[in-house]
Amino acid sequence: MGLIRLQNISRRYQMGTETIHALRDVSLEIERGEYVAIMGPSGSGKSTLMNLIGCLDTPTDGAFELNGNKVSEMDDNELAEIRNREIGFVFQSFNLLPRSSALHNVELPLIYSGMNAEERRKVALDTLENVGLTDRMHHKPNEMSGGQRQRVAIARALVNKPSIILADEPTGNLDTRTGVEIMALFADLSRKGNTLIVVTHEEDVAKHARRILRIRDGQIASDEKV
Amino acid sequence: MNFFVELKEGLGISWDAIRANKLRSGLTTLGIIIGIVTVTLMGTAIDAFNRAFLQSVSAIGADVLFVQRFGWFIDSDEEWVKAERRPQITLAQAREVERQMTLAQAVAPKAETRASVKYKNRSSNMVNVIGTTEQFLLTGGVIVVAGRFFTPGEADGGRPLCVLGANVATNLFPDEPAVGNKIRLGGAALEVIGVLEKQGEFMGPFSADNEVIIPMQQFITSFFAQPDVQIQVKVTDLRLLEDAKEELRGVMRKIRHVAPADEDNFGIDQQEMFIKLFNRVAGRIAAVGFFITGLSLFVGGIGIMNIMFVSVAERTREIGIRKAIGAKRRTILLQFLIEAASICLLGGLLGLAIAWPLTLVMGRFMPARMSPFVVAIALLVSLLTGVVSGFFPAWRAARMNPVDALRNE
Repeated sequence: MGLIRLQNISRRYQMGTETIHALRDVSLEIERGEYVAIMGPSGSGKSTLMNLIGCLDTPTDGAFELNGNKVSEMDDNELAEIRNREIGFVFQSFNLLPRSSALHNVELPLIYSGMNAEERRKVALDTLENVGLTDRMHHKPNEMSGGQRQRVAIARALVNKPSIILADEPTGNLDTRTGVEIMALFADLSRKGNTLIVVTHEEDVAKHARRILRIRDGQIASDEKV
Repeated sequence: MNFFVELKEGLGISWDAIRANKLRSGLTTLGIIIGIVTVTLMGTAIDAFNRAFLQSVSAIGADVLFVQRFGWFIDSDEEWVKAERRPQITLAQAREVERQMTLAQAVAPKAETRASVKYKNRSSNMVNVIGTTEQFLLTGGVIVVAGRFFTPGEADGGRPLCVLGANVATNLFPDEPAVGNKIRLGGAALEVIGVLEKQGEFMGPFSADNEVIIPMQQFITSFFAQPDVQIQVKVTDLRLLEDAKEELRGVMRKIRHVAPADEDNFGIDQQEMFIKLFNRVAGRIAAVGFFITGLSLFVGGIGIMNIMFVSVAERTREIGIRKAIGAKRRTILLQFLIEAASICLLGGLLGLAIAWPLTLVMGRFMPARMSPFVVAIALLVSLLTGVVSGFFPAWRAARMNPVDALRNE
């Protein structure tokens, strides 16, 4: 059974009197260990799909299961718990807490999962070491380069050992060289058995993945293994 | 999830947020500081006022009953007119009370008038002259600091002696000890045998500081042959005060031949009634005072609410990040509540720090001191203001949709 199962998912928004169909009847399965790129022009519904998979949003219709949890039936607090446990987010604009050190940013998911301080620090330090940032752990985001910030964000995404790592345009705010470094890091994570989903509109980024989903007008236009 | 871990995280965040916006936090706190200063000073002043009153009133003695023709509290003209027609309370009746009362430890008659006293070329006008017996030492709550009080023999024999109140003594004898000298009062020369302890200003005309106490017989000789006396009865045990009061009432009615159907033609009062009246008045003053000072705290609270809304709006993205990472509604709510409470608690502490020296200044005029109770209340109130005024903004933050919050720039 798939790690992620979407069955006939629809998501509609009400904008004034107009109803927007962001996703129409999408069905999809993703297995553990896959490296998937979701592509599509802006307004195609790829962000909506990402929000649903990331448990930030719930579908209007259809059933969504993540690692055996029926996410489509969950309330706000249950969703928060699922996000904390099952999902690691990597955002285009890093989304680190500006006033907190790299270490504290990485510790944050562990704080919300209730791990004690000692263990938390150890796990966070280990994870920072994995992304090669041990020497920057006491720096605040504004004291680091874009590449370093994204590494902190990746460490934060990894620290709770989630089922999926969900990256939204992870190289969008980085120069080409740093972008390549980050994608190499992703490839490494994938090799180590992590499930990765990358949302992007850059073919260069998508070609690292082993499966590419193309979204158009709220539906899956193509689904190809590379 | 561990509540204490969340609490610690919340404290850390709020401390960072307060530090990051020093000026804003400072200005917001000012409202709370002013509120806490006024509430604290108000509380301290009322407390001091009560204490001053009780100190003075306790001189009257809680275990003493006062019998007189007029009750202490006359509420209407009719009552006054009725009381006017009552027969005098005589010395003979006082002696009879002393003989018949079983629950009395001491019974003293007290007759009063005003007169001038002289010593050499110095004089005091309008001094309260009191004629009484040696038992007044027990019932009157007076303490002799120099010399002595009369003996029973001296009181009965109407010896030409007197005991001076503190102010009278210092007025007449600025440079020499009063005891042993003779003063002139009501045409007689009286030897000063004792001086009383100073009682304080609060009782005004009721204070014993402006008194001259002389034996009852001396009073009758010099002033009135038939004085209207007050009878002071000190009960054997404070717990029997009500029983003693009933006994006293029965004795007085018998002595004064009051028919069973008629009402008392005398009044029996006690310190407690004074305190009750005072408490009623003081309670109202306190209520009004706290309402007015509470308004400034309310304004401070609105300031906090306002700034918390700004803080929540500014940090929408942060809220989105935290929610994406797994913060629940409760966590976000707690975080902003802690921030509001911290600002207010900080204001409370600063307010107390400002109120403290002001209390010391106040202490020069009345027995004011900042009690631990007032401190605890002030801190509790500031904390509560923070929680109450922070709740609505924090609730709004907690309910944010993470997708929208993350999209916020």
